[in-house]
Amino acid sequence: MSHAPAVTAIDPEVRDWPASRRVEVDEALSHYPNRRSAVLPLMWIAQREWGWLSPPVLRLVARTAELPEPEVFGIATFYTMFNLRPVGRHHLQVCMTISCSLMGADRLFRHLERKLGIGHGETTPDGRFTLRRVECLAACGRGPCMQVNFDYHENLDEARVDALLETLT
Amino acid sequence: MRGPLLFKDIDTAGLTSIATYRQLGGYETLVATLGKTSPDECIEIVKASGLRGRGGAGFPAGMKWGFVPKDSPKPRYLVCNADESEPGTFKDRELMEKNPHLLIEGCALAAYAINAHVGYIYLRGEFEYIQRILDRALAEARAAGFLGRGIAGSGFDVEIHTHLGAGAYICGEETALLSSLEGYRGQPRLKPPFPAVEGLYACPTVVNNVETLMNVPSILRHGAAWYRQWGTEKSPGTKIFSVSGPVRRPGNYELPLGTPLSELIEKHCGGMRDGLKVKAVIPGGSSVPLLPASLLDTGLDFESMTAAGTMLGSGGVIVIDDQTCIVDALHNITRFYEHESCGKCTPCREGTYWMVEVFERLEAGRGRAADIDLLNDVSDNILGKSFCALGDAAAMPVMGAIKHFRDEFEYHVTHRRCMVNRRREVLAGVAP
Repeated sequence: MSHAPAVTAIDPEVRDWPASRRVEVDEALSHYPNRRSAVLPLMWIAQREWGWLSPPVLRLVARTAELPEPEVFGIATFYTMFNLRPVGRHHLQVCMTISCSLMGADRLFRHLERKLGIGHGETTPDGRFTLRRVECLAACGRGPCMQVNFDYHENLDEARVDALLETLT
Repeated sequence: MRGPLLFKDIDTAGLTSIATYRQLGGYETLVATLGKTSPDECIEIVKASGLRGRGGAGFPAGMKWGFVPKDSPKPRYLVCNADESEPGTFKDRELMEKNPHLLIEGCALAAYAINAHVGYIYLRGEFEYIQRILDRALAEARAAGFLGRGIAGSGFDVEIHTHLGAGAYICGEETALLSSLEGYRGQPRLKPPFPAVEGLYACPTVVNNVETLMNVPSILRHGAAWYRQWGTEKSPGTKIFSVSGPVRRPGNYELPLGTPLSELIEKHCGGMRDGLKVKAVIPGGSSVPLLPASLLDTGLDFESMTAAGTMLGSGGVIVIDDQTCIVDALHNITRFYEHESCGKCTPCREGTYWMVEVFERLEAGRGRAADIDLLNDVSDNILGKSFCALGDAAAMPVMGAIKHFRDEFEYHVTHRRCMVNRRREVLAGVAP
């Protein structure tokens, strides 16, 4: 798994779940017969709250799921959707797999690189965009496609992407 | 009406709400079945229908249910595989987005048949919006008494939860999915024991694909003979085919199994766009070998596809045009498997890496005459030598492509470039 980004910053402030997230945390834990099974749901809640999974956040997940810290770090690095360093406000995830590639994904990605002045895995200096190549998003019939955070954008070309970027402030 | 069965009502406005779903007869099968038809009878009906798994393997669903030991003191689990990660496949996404209650009814009926009181729907991480749709539908079903304690007026209890993955193709493999659901890295386990005997939390577990479970309500309602009016003797029913690539009308199509591939592409998808011609078709998601254009009349059913040297798989039909380089296309697919290999088994982890190295050499015009046989040799050393099918999925398409399009591979070696490639100029400036 060569795609796990390196951990680059530490947020020493995170100690516990904010009160506003307690209900979600308890709900997630209630779905399973053991606490370990809630580890992915807990990471999602953490990522919604803090935007990325810093080492203190992962330690909080480990305490909540009652798992050894190294194991939780190992789980976080296995899955590609967990951000192990901060990302921009708009995370552009462009599908590069075969069906989208047949419809022009490579050209679209190069266009985004040039327009934004960043490459795969990089963030614009103003923190607005992070650009990433990803694998199949299950939007093959409407390629090329990308997800901006969790939102699907399909049947894309240069003009449509340009218009979309204007709306992402 | 876009199809006879699963797509019959799919575009009905408001179908995601329980009120609309019930107006169309939704949850009637659950009410008519629970406490009236025994779990064993349900299994027999599904067995007789010949319903086969729609996730890719095509294993008979009723037989899978029948493997759950009756005398086990452990709890049983139902798991719905909604990971839909196979490139070229996007049917479950549309089915769940538009008709979530049909999946919930299918899950509740399957849980009843195997006597499971808890079910999980494992969604790929990118489907966060579908999780919200399903959670809303699950809350509606709970409020209406179709989930929870004593559902639909019977003595049967069942609860269903959604579970969101986080970006890993491998979690579509059922044992990797179970590892992930248990809170481990999503790596596959050696089979046997099969999940029906030792699955989630080492308890008897049935893992079924979304489309498979969505077929269950109508089968239990109308019976096996009714279901068999579509499809072939060994591949009964309809299937949703996801068509992608440069056809005029890509999308999901529900057709009886056995429909010729050419009919799907020419009649339903309107043929090719931009004056392109079909060069090859990957009929069942990127994990299966491609079919050359000369075999387009092959029927879209499990047996016909196997006889033609490929597989029906997930029904993800990827159409490759005559202006696309086969070596380039297989490079893209192989790179996918290299990226997604979970790293557990050496043949898959190392083999996919070396195949990508060889493809990069061929693409860059540095290919050697021995590279084509080397690709075949590496593929052969992956095939059947790993815990799960990911390695096979990387190996088989490469072997198939060399078998049918060896001339394009040789052209790369002798001319140091693609025979054709409408994207070559674009690709020239893009790192692979």
